[in-house]
Amino acid sequence: MTKILTVKIWRGGKDGTLESYSVPARKSQTVLDVVTYIQRHLDADLSYRFACRVGMCGSCAMTVNGVPRWTCRTHVDKVSQDGQLIIEPLKNLEIIRDLTTDMVPFFEKWEKAGGRFEGKQSRADKITAIDPDSKKRLAASAAIECINCAVCYSGCDTVRARDDYVGPAALNRAWSLFNDEKHTGQRKLKKSVKADGGCYTCHTHANCSQSCPVDLDPAGSIASLKRSYSMFGSRS
Amino acid sequence: MSDATAYMLQRLSAAVLAPLVLIHLGLIVYAIEGGLSAAEILSRTTSTPLWAVFYFVFIIAVSIHAPLGLRNIIREWTGRHGRSLDWMMGTFALVLLLTGMRAVMVIT
Repeated sequence: MTKILTVKIWRGGKDGTLESYSVPARKSQTVLDVVTYIQRHLDADLSYRFACRVGMCGSCAMTVNGVPRWTCRTHVDKVSQDGQLIIEPLKNLEIIRDLTTDMVPFFEKWEKAGGRFEGKQSRADKITAIDPDSKKRLAASAAIECINCAVCYSGCDTVRARDDYVGPAALNRAWSLFNDEKHTGQRKLKKSVKADGGCYTCHTHANCSQSCPVDLDPAGSIASLKRSYSMFGSRS
Repeated sequence: MSDATAYMLQRLSAAVLAPLVLIHLGLIVYAIEGGLSAAEILSRTTSTPLWAVFYFVFIIAVSIHAPLGLRNIIREWTGRHGRSLDWMMGTFALVLLLTGMRAVMVIT
């Protein structure tokens, strides 16, 4: 006999409710598989986002049993409690409908934290050589693999408490730019990151580093920014 | 006050407070364990200006540190920010400083 999962899913906007569905359990089933099953077989009206299904694109993040996760790489048997799943939209973002949130503020804050690259070279110039083993390059490498899924942003208590805080993903990006020797906008970056709502607003709860699905360390990046831009930091 | 300034002041005052709090607690335990009377304690704290300096620094660090922590809590729990919050915390810092100084002057 097929085991049945009891799945509660957030339906509606901000004032929505949880609705219950019964979904057959499968081997190696992911949370995204469950949501897709519901949309295809039980409730075609369900709104959610996904694209690559292999943990590359960062679009399928949701809150699963209270914890923000990338659903395409989260196995049901690892997170379900007594055969139950509660799937809600990401926290700290406005709900558009069901499991879909408005990601615009999340990306606007990347800009606010100075996350846009600025260079001075054109394609006609010779490429600047960067030593792959240099300290700065290694620090940048450690921070660049972000998939923009907003799991860290959703798990951050400080983002929840302060609207103006740019959040861990944006500051992690800022830290990789800080270490980018080709980035010419360092002064602007410093101003953005030091501003209210920037790195000094973080309390180092480190929920971001704990929840990051690709094992980045945004809390470490933020701590490094705090140090680098303080009176004890190295000049850059 | 900007988040950056508040952060640095908070950390610097914490660095000052960390050893001072340990010594302060150790002192309390020592005085109680040794069974010293209030008069005996007072005679010792007044015997050297070192304790006055110690607690003078202590009170200044506390007057910086505590209002900044409270400021964060008020800001995050109530959303209040800007000049009114700075005034509130400035007043709180002053109260801590004055009452603290008064206490230090009495015992040293």
